[in-house]
Amino acid sequence: MALTTDALIRLTAAEMAAKLRTGEITSVELTQAHLDRIAAVDDTIHAFLHVAADEALETAASVDALRAAGGAEAESLHPLAGVPIAIKDLIVTKGQPTTAGSKMLKGWMSPYDATVVEKVRAARMPILGKTNLDEFAMGSSTEHSAYGPTRNPWDITRIPGGSGGGSAAAVAAFEAPLALGTDTGGSIRQPGAVTGTVGTKPTYGGVSRYGAIAMASSLDQIGPVARTVEDAALLHEVIAGYDKKDSTSLSETEYPEGKIPTFSSAASTKTAAGLRIGVIKQLQGEGYQSGVLARFHEALDQLRQAGAEIVEVDCPSFDYALGAYYLIMPSEASSNLARYDGVRYGTRVVPEEGPLTIERVMGATRAAGFGEEVKRRIILGTYALSAGYYDAYYGSAQKIRTLIQQDFDAAFEQADVLISPTSPTVAFPLWEKLDDPLAMYLNDIATIPANLAGIPGISVPGGLSEGLPVGIQFLAPAKEDARVYHAAGALEQLLNDTYDAPLWAQIPALEEVTR
Amino acid sequence: MSEISRADVEHLATLAHIAMTDAELEKMTSELGVIVDSVKRVQEAAGEDVPPTSHPLPLTNVFREDTVGHVFTAEEALASAPDSQDSRFKVPAILSEGDDAVPSGAPQEEGER
Repeated sequence: MALTTDALIRLTAAEMAAKLRTGEITSVELTQAHLDRIAAVDDTIHAFLHVAADEALETAASVDALRAAGGAEAESLHPLAGVPIAIKDLIVTKGQPTTAGSKMLKGWMSPYDATVVEKVRAARMPILGKTNLDEFAMGSSTEHSAYGPTRNPWDITRIPGGSGGGSAAAVAAFEAPLALGTDTGGSIRQPGAVTGTVGTKPTYGGVSRYGAIAMASSLDQIGPVARTVEDAALLHEVIAGYDKKDSTSLSETEYPEGKIPTFSSAASTKTAAGLRIGVIKQLQGEGYQSGVLARFHEALDQLRQAGAEIVEVDCPSFDYALGAYYLIMPSEASSNLARYDGVRYGTRVVPEEGPLTIERVMGATRAAGFGEEVKRRIILGTYALSAGYYDAYYGSAQKIRTLIQQDFDAAFEQADVLISPTSPTVAFPLWEKLDDPLAMYLNDIATIPANLAGIPGISVPGGLSEGLPVGIQFLAPAKEDARVYHAAGALEQLLNDTYDAPLWAQIPALEEVTR
Repeated sequence: MSEISRADVEHLATLAHIAMTDAELEKMTSELGVIVDSVKRVQEAAGEDVPPTSHPLPLTNVFREDTVGHVFTAEEALASAPDSQDSRFKVPAILSEGDDAVPSGAPQEEGER
């Protein structure tokens, strides 16, 4: 019996892939189902900045043709071939515009593909389009997009998290089964938490950053967004690996390729027995909503009952992580964003009066092209790096980074993985925190330490509070990405058993909410 | 209170090449003050003996063979440029009035605010 469009889009990526392989469904059918869904709900959600229907269907048709022809080429298709995907608009794509959510790059066409996009194309996954984000990935709510905010599919009056709110909302609203995001301080994990989806920040250097528009180069990392832990692991396997075009990419000797296929097998282990899980003392309590903490403690109880050993770990330097992050990130961003000078690509704005010098054109271009949060961070970074303040601010922040790494090292002596709530709150109403930068920055308090230390982290749904998703975060030592999939897969299974269904099955029907 | 003045922000905006209106400067001065006051706590914990970390994982220099790889054609490189002429980026005047005495490439004084 043929599956309805509605049933098709609610399958997991792994299920879609299996049905494509057996020929039960075609990729054109599957891709069209998602394009129909986008057409039906994206006026409301606004997860996409660009939809590439023709290109996606063309890729889908090529997969179907290869499968129909059979033989060696069909055999050698990637397991996810034909499963559609959305790409965060911070990642460059040839043939589709890339804006970074900024007016500065309005209409810009990259002359090349990011390495992760090349890999997605090589796997023949149809690219549905580009997803919305806070401008240049700076924000925790997607409200800082120059093209308007994305809305949370659980409650369209609320934020979908950020910066990758578009990718998370697209996956939560069944507009795409998979998406790519980037995580500099939590931009994959925090949107995952507040939209009830799964998002992974891989080990720094484990996935090529070539073609990810740079914000803070020592922190930025591309990673997968999905509805299940297994799906996230499968996509992570597509994009992982050494890339000679990214000189911060981990080489074969540093991160053996043999470790990559272990992500999805770790996700399928689905047992917490024997796992030593460290509860980070500093990432709970004050500032965390009681409903978030209630779900967090239930998760701990479930894991304990399933045979995990729960220990408490002390990471005193985490109290300074947010401060260190908001010195290091703007410093690196102020330098990275200097490239938007109105000369080589992007917007150029010419001042209406006065002499036409490059300095004045640059000033006018950057004044008009950048939004408020981007300007704030550039100015803050310029300040932190300026002579006389460098040691006190940037220098001190780099020392905190060392202390945080030492705290993690000590914690991982006691535990295989660490656990915390992903975000201190559930999704908050749109515009609530927009005029209070410090309140906005606090959203990332639990996700930032992993970026400062370069270690992998995942957010997995942990149930609801006030009808809104709560995320649970697992962290593992660098290059042990498989461990976060193991732990998150185990918790996902425990909660599915408890609630008798995956969390995302409870999402309100958007048609009812919006029409 | 914060040590950041409006004049500081004006100078920083000039360094960052962002033209700002008076209202923007006012707002940025107060916001920056609040943010800096909150992040400067990092100094408390950053002892003399703690080595700084600039990068999460140890890095070594990366070398490659000096061979020609993929290069963009002039057309591809200029396709998204705001202005171009004769296969080149077209740039507004790079010398403003009074700068003529400064030899190109020479360091300029920053203290003109």
